[in-house]
Amino acid sequence: MFFSSPFKLRDKGILGMNQRNSGYVGRYNPRKLYPLVDNKLKTKIIARDANVTTPALLGVITMQAEVENVEQFIKDTPGFVIKPAKGSGGKGILVVTKVENGRYYKSNGNEESLAEIKRHVTNILAGLFSLGGSADVAVIEGLIQFDSAFDGFSFEGVPDVRVIVFKGFPVMAMMRLSTAASDGKANLHQGAVGVGIDIGTGRAINAVQFDLPVERHPDTDKELKQLNVPRWERLIYLAASCYEMSGMGYLGTDMVLDRDLGPMLLELNARPGLAIQIANGKGILPRLKRVESLKDADKMTVEERVAFSKKHFSE
Amino acid sequence: MNSRIFFYTLVAGLFLLGIFQTVQRHFAFDIPWMPGETRTVWNIDAKIDFNALNEPVVASLTTPNSQAGFTQITQNAASPGYGLSFLYEENSPQAQWAIRKASGPQTLYYNIQLLVDKKSVDQPITEMPELFEAEYAPAGLAAGSDIIADALKTSADAFSFTRELLKQINATEPNQNVSLILTSKRSKTDLLIDLLNEAKIPTKKIGALVLEDGRRRQHLQPLVEVFQEKDGKITSRLFDATTTKAVDRSNLLLWDQSGKALLELTGGEHSKVSFSMIQQDQPALAAILQKTDNDHLFNFSIHSLPVEDQSLFKNILMIPLGVLIVVMMRVLIGLKTSGTFMPVLIAMAFIQTSLITGLIGFVMLVAVGLFIRSYLSHLNLLLVSRISTVIIMVILLIALFGVLSYKLGLTEGLKITFFPMIILSWTIERMSVLWEEEGAKEVFTQGGGSLIVAVLAYFAMSNEVTRHLMFNFIGLQFVVMSFVLVLGSYTGYRLLELRRFKPLADKE
Repeated sequence: MFFSSPFKLRDKGILGMNQRNSGYVGRYNPRKLYPLVDNKLKTKIIARDANVTTPALLGVITMQAEVENVEQFIKDTPGFVIKPAKGSGGKGILVVTKVENGRYYKSNGNEESLAEIKRHVTNILAGLFSLGGSADVAVIEGLIQFDSAFDGFSFEGVPDVRVIVFKGFPVMAMMRLSTAASDGKANLHQGAVGVGIDIGTGRAINAVQFDLPVERHPDTDKELKQLNVPRWERLIYLAASCYEMSGMGYLGTDMVLDRDLGPMLLELNARPGLAIQIANGKGILPRLKRVESLKDADKMTVEERVAFSKKHFSE
Repeated sequence: MNSRIFFYTLVAGLFLLGIFQTVQRHFAFDIPWMPGETRTVWNIDAKIDFNALNEPVVASLTTPNSQAGFTQITQNAASPGYGLSFLYEENSPQAQWAIRKASGPQTLYYNIQLLVDKKSVDQPITEMPELFEAEYAPAGLAAGSDIIADALKTSADAFSFTRELLKQINATEPNQNVSLILTSKRSKTDLLIDLLNEAKIPTKKIGALVLEDGRRRQHLQPLVEVFQEKDGKITSRLFDATTTKAVDRSNLLLWDQSGKALLELTGGEHSKVSFSMIQQDQPALAAILQKTDNDHLFNFSIHSLPVEDQSLFKNILMIPLGVLIVVMMRVLIGLKTSGTFMPVLIAMAFIQTSLITGLIGFVMLVAVGLFIRSYLSHLNLLLVSRISTVIIMVILLIALFGVLSYKLGLTEGLKITFFPMIILSWTIERMSVLWEEEGAKEVFTQGGGSLIVAVLAYFAMSNEVTRHLMFNFIGLQFVVMSFVLVLGSYTGYRLLELRRFKPLADKE
């Protein structure tokens, strides 16, 4: 059969798009909090106030007149990232991995001149990369040094961990590994590999690409089952604390692992996708119901919530 | 939970309100369910011929009232040089022509259109006609009294009395009383009226027209309306003096109910009125609209707007249906479209261009637009100026296609101008961004999805039946709204999710 029966999906506890929108995103995410999530700079500010680690903020450029000063933020760093605060879909992100004698090199080895960097910032300010073309600000962040635990698991791009946090409880997690097919991007529908991660241990459960199960990374041929996220305890704790910080009840947190600084929050998503269920090979609905049935959930501390999740949502 | 109950009450309320209004409109105003229904309309001409005497002429023709079985739709008159007015005097309508001076043979025309209408009723009778002083020859007076005395014995009220009189008058071998007064000079009708008058029963002479399709030079048939007051209520019945049978009104139009003359003419002589008629089948809706023009029942309706604005609403009122299709496709099926309601606008353009021409034109425009837009993205322009450039480009493309197809002899191609240009430009812009960000596959998914939805919306919005229903029954808007509301609270799976999550569901 081409289609599976809706009752079968219901039995498996799979969350559909309509239910996600009206039952979770619409109900638990207050509209007025969206700017906190959609604007990376605002996210960064509230994260700092809540002691949630984020990549180092080197500088912010808000006006065209400040573009000339961009050099002072970047010249003494080992590498940096310039991104639009309101960018979407990874557009407008400039990654410089090496700074040498005032010359800048991208990850593929090509040099990016200072003039080109300034032009990029100007474009960001003009709103070239933001939705609807509204004026934007450029955020300059320190470069993340990827943890060697992920060597061979990702092709070119940034491997990140998506944790769905529902009312402060981490309910499901997956790792997104970029591939040649996804062009270095970590979006599953573009061909990135999604690896379901056990909430209790940080170990891989299951992996999919294009919604179908895979055993090995298509480019590096590394066995995906071996994936084990280091410092999982800290990562999941950070993810869970994003609830208090943002006020969003149904939240997708994108975490990255820095070799030296450990897990940090990259960005938040108020409308996290459904593919995480396929990556985990499990429906998310029973877990959400379980959290909804808790009476004193609001009184629990972050530690208690993480402990609860590890106990109940682990394989 | 309370809000849920409120929500479903609201939805049910909207739904019932819509259905109620729709059904009520159908029954109260006779608006047909289907667009093709027709109703019978009688088109009757009265022709007045007379000889004018070279002095001021006034001609008053009694015209029909709306009555049981018929509703007047329109009336008009043609007669060069004459002043015309429609009057309503003493419960009977008239058409009056007047001219300062006329001589020689004159012809006046009066035309009336009557809708066959089962719901129409007779005008209420407010007062009895008065009795009049009759003059009889002494012999006739005695004979008349005998006839009346005979009939009175075998009757109970005015109607049965009239029937008894008719039996005597129309007997195959009339008795001597009847033979005496039924002279060749007096018609049976006049005799009947005189006798009834003598018996103190009020009557009125009616001129009736037998309706038969295509008849010409017809004359009014005289009938007698007999009145009776019982318990303070006046009733009347029609009798034909030449027969004892009851009068069949199904094909009978009571033209002259004035009780006086059909035509009153001053300043002329040798007048003659003749009638001709044809039966027409009109679209029911048009006929009913004409009917209600008269009685202002339609006041709160789109139909009360000028025709030009009505045709505007004809399209606007279809949009909810297109919107419903979009909601269904997105919520129930899970089709991706580029821009939520873009398919509806495209569908509206298709209605103007016809489907095939529209599809070809749309695909060509977007394809060429995307091609040129891909160059624009190298220029690093700001969004507003980029979109503006695309708009100008789209207009140039439309002009180009228009001229090109005209030169090639394809006049169909000119219809491309019906496309909403701003919408097209946004579509091209969005698809182009999508192409860069997500790749060509996503462009085809969303573009294809948009076109599928647009075509479905086109079929729903261009269908004759749905157009008729949505335009004439405003209540259906509420029904559509309740559907949209219900769909808005649907939390089940989308059809395409059943496919997407199939591997997950099939795992042991």
